[in-house]
Amino acid sequence: MTDIAIRIENITRDFETGRAVDDISLEVPSGIIFGFLGPNGAGKTTTINLLLGLLEPTSGRAEVLGFDTRTQANEVRTHTGALLEHPGLYEQLSAEDNLEFYGRIWCMPENERRARIKELLTHMGVWERRKERVGTWSKGMKQKLALGRSMLHRPSLVFLDEPTAGLDVVAATAVRDDLETLTAREGVTVFLTTHNMAEAERLCEQVAVIRDGELVAIGHPDELRARAGDPGLEILGHGFEDNVLNLLRTHPNVVAAELLNEEHLTIDLREGMNAAPLVSLVVSAGVQVEEVRRSKASLEEVFLTLMEEER
Amino acid sequence: MRFNDIWTVMWKEMKGLLRYQGSRTRSLLGFLIPMVMLGIYLPLQIGRALVEGPWSLLISVFIPMMMVGMTIPESFAGERERHTLETLLASRLTDRAILFGKIAVSVGYSWGITLMLLLVSLVMVNVIHWDGQVLFYTPIMTLANVAISLLLAILVAGIGVLKSLRAATVQEAQQSLMTSTLFPLVLLQMIPLLLLNLVPDGKALLIKLVDAANPPQIILIVMTVLVVLDLVLLVTAMVRFQRARLILD
Repeated sequence: MTDIAIRIENITRDFETGRAVDDISLEVPSGIIFGFLGPNGAGKTTTINLLLGLLEPTSGRAEVLGFDTRTQANEVRTHTGALLEHPGLYEQLSAEDNLEFYGRIWCMPENERRARIKELLTHMGVWERRKERVGTWSKGMKQKLALGRSMLHRPSLVFLDEPTAGLDVVAATAVRDDLETLTAREGVTVFLTTHNMAEAERLCEQVAVIRDGELVAIGHPDELRARAGDPGLEILGHGFEDNVLNLLRTHPNVVAAELLNEEHLTIDLREGMNAAPLVSLVVSAGVQVEEVRRSKASLEEVFLTLMEEER
Repeated sequence: MRFNDIWTVMWKEMKGLLRYQGSRTRSLLGFLIPMVMLGIYLPLQIGRALVEGPWSLLISVFIPMMMVGMTIPESFAGERERHTLETLLASRLTDRAILFGKIAVSVGYSWGITLMLLLVSLVMVNVIHWDGQVLFYTPIMTLANVAISLLLAILVAGIGVLKSLRAATVQEAQQSLMTSTLFPLVLLQMIPLLLLNLVPDGKALLIKLVDAANPPQIILIVMTVLVVLDLVLLVTAMVRFQRARLILD
């Protein structure tokens, strides 16, 4: 298998209503969970449709698992799995029949198909309920089943479009757990679109942020966090006098120091600077320190910053 | 396109059509009502004429239209209404395998029920009018019943696919399909009435037309027209039923 699972080169897609994807270029390495983040209407689903060869780009090109999405779309769909905006389950059929149908679509031999269906349903804890009509299941269970279906034929790459959208916290956590364990066990590459930053932070090794069809950032979540501003330090304790603040504000490692309340001090550090000398300084100035923690921007803060930039 | 892929789609369609409770009751009713009306009541009313004349064509015309009119919108518009189409399109199945798999089940189901009803009505006529000799449809009517019911089922399926692709819901597709298939039949029925009422000597003209009619020739012409229409509709459906179009719709 190629080291690059997805290669997108200057892809653009126009609709009558406007431009949905605007000159995007990126590469997704094999074997990782890649988060494709953006608000509703940013172009995430259109990008998935382009990568699956369901839509043709207006310009540019994309390769998925080495196959051109324009000329080898069927090859792309043969080697990938997808959980799109809706679970796409046949509610009048049983869970087992839903998987059976897709197993037949992917030409899995009967024995392998049966074993794989049992393995997935057991993993998701619903083997005993396999004969029940899916229409009677909860939304979370349906989404778990749809996730299993997307990986049924052991694809090298899976597209997941907002897999936890609309689920309650418990169901979303269960889907995330399944996603995490299944992808780790199967070594599959995942292209995950989401606007849930906590989900991206927990699952993704690389993320790209899209806004109004344009790619605005790409990298490891930590790299994006670093873009959000200076690293910080929070000190909780007693005895923060003015002289301590003055000492800190004139220290070469410090950009700013501020007392949030009598017991809570925040310090913005210069990029790459060490926090230890500052802690020593505070302690030697007579502050009774109870807790020290490094603070960094959450992915959500980074995302909000990116959404506001250049507007 | 591989036959296996068409068979896979057929497998799912048949499961949806026959096997599960909600649709099983509906399917049963959809089967029992015409069975009672056309398989039992009609032979009781018409008697031997059902097998000796063209009356059996009522079964061969109305049953495929009714059955396909119910199943095709359910299969095509229903797939989109229930949001299962996108996932199916994201699979390795070709557009044509999906299209023909769905059409095959709808047409096969309707055709099968039509043939069964023809058989039931034949048995009924024989039971009611038993005189020591088995009655059977004339060879030309047998051919007409078998071929016209199949060709009509394909015709309605073709129209049904096109209507379903434009309709937002199953109900809308069913209504639109019923209107566009029943309307020509109503018009056809009005021709003799118009001849009788509007044309001078219309009755004589009608009798002359009926006398001059050559049933095998008429059936052959009808079959030829149906074959051409079926081909045109199937090719149009193939052109319209394409991933990129369906995703954009």
